[in-house]
Amino acid sequence: MNYSWDWGLLFREPYVGWIASGFATTCILATYAWLIAFSVGSVIGVFRTLDNKILSTIGTVYVEIFRNIPLLAQMFIWYFVIPELLPHDAQIYVKRGMPNPQFWTAVVALGLYTASRVAEQVRSGIQSIPSGQRAAALAMGFTSTQVYRYVLLPIGFRTVIPSLTNDFLGVFKNSSLALTLGVMELTATARQIEEYSFQSFEPYAAATVLYSCVTLLAITLMRYLERRTRITGTASAGGQ
Amino acid sequence: MGFDFNVLWQYKELLLHGLMVSFQLTLVAIAGGIVLGTFLALMRMSRLRVLSALAGLYVNFLRSLPLILVIFWFYVLAPKIVGHPIDAYSSVLITFILFEAAYYCEIIRAGISSVKRGQVQAGLAMGLTHLNMMRYVVLPQAFRNMLPVLLTQSIIMFQDTSIVYIVGVRDFLTTADVVANSTNRPIELYTTVAVTYLVICFAASRLVGRLQRSYAL
Repeated sequence: MNYSWDWGLLFREPYVGWIASGFATTCILATYAWLIAFSVGSVIGVFRTLDNKILSTIGTVYVEIFRNIPLLAQMFIWYFVIPELLPHDAQIYVKRGMPNPQFWTAVVALGLYTASRVAEQVRSGIQSIPSGQRAAALAMGFTSTQVYRYVLLPIGFRTVIPSLTNDFLGVFKNSSLALTLGVMELTATARQIEEYSFQSFEPYAAATVLYSCVTLLAITLMRYLERRTRITGTASAGGQ
Repeated sequence: MGFDFNVLWQYKELLLHGLMVSFQLTLVAIAGGIVLGTFLALMRMSRLRVLSALAGLYVNFLRSLPLILVIFWFYVLAPKIVGHPIDAYSSVLITFILFEAAYYCEIIRAGISSVKRGQVQAGLAMGLTHLNMMRYVVLPQAFRNMLPVLLTQSIIMFQDTSIVYIVGVRDFLTTADVVANSTNRPIELYTTVAVTYLVICFAASRLVGRLQRSYAL
């Protein structure tokens, strides 16, 4: 293999600035998408556990649609198809007025896609709670809302923290798909540096290290959170 | 703006061929991923510290990276190592096998751990070697336990194959994109892609659910 290494490249202008801004874009994109995924996913997940036929159907349909279409296809739909179907004024705004449309399209697509996965975790968390808890809460005179607010959700969320960590890391990694819309996130930046400098290893290595570090950091933080919020006397308390 | 779904009929052979490429990629990657994943899982559960550490490192490292980045890595790295260019299709195929093996490894490891300890002891007491005990006692039961999860992961992988778009392999999505650009009919084509994936993946996940109920040990 004949290759002249130049690690110093990563610390020179303009590349060092590109990497920093690419990394920042990835983090911001993933954070916004996660906020959408978590809030929409929680609502849809709760919907799926309700007795109300209409709401639980809405939940099921949402999950099946968003889970069964590849994220990349969903991004294309949000970017190329949805704007065309909007009413005239909204169309003008989306196409001309909206700042940074690629970025926000990616946020929405990634957020709503991940919401379907979060919804499934939240549902399984709520359904894993023995039915006696719900019955006891109702017998105490709690309303349906109160049962969820004070009994089911606090327990349900805590039992699914490990799976939610996986979903968060999924958002973080999947944010790289935004490069297909032209968002300059971390992976796109690495590719751009490769094209400008003809050095292929160093930029990808930098991106790899950054992704791995964030993953490691997230796993460590979530392990801590898991320990802090552990429910005494449950199986998860014995786990590592 | 009017819709014109005739364009689909006009390009049906191209699109079907694209869909076939997606299926082909998925099937080869599943087969390769499961074989490699099984080896990794056995390594991870090995009593030899070096083996389990190596496998653990491989799995955790790949699982922390986005698939796109791994595809770029291999696309750039492989030709430099082999010394001649590699076509995009083989490149992504190998990447998929290497990448998915890490995910399959964890599923298979969980499946093997789900087999009761007594089965292992009984196998060894019968005089089977460690390898034969794995081959005839543990793995058949383990695969049965993990089948639903393996299939679900495979459905996810079928969706993930659309990522080959970034290196220009003509799978279903890429073909649709090419047709969309040349005919200026993006709405019809992207919608068709989404609906096709939805139907296939929905049907497949229903089948997995049914299998899970009828096949559980």
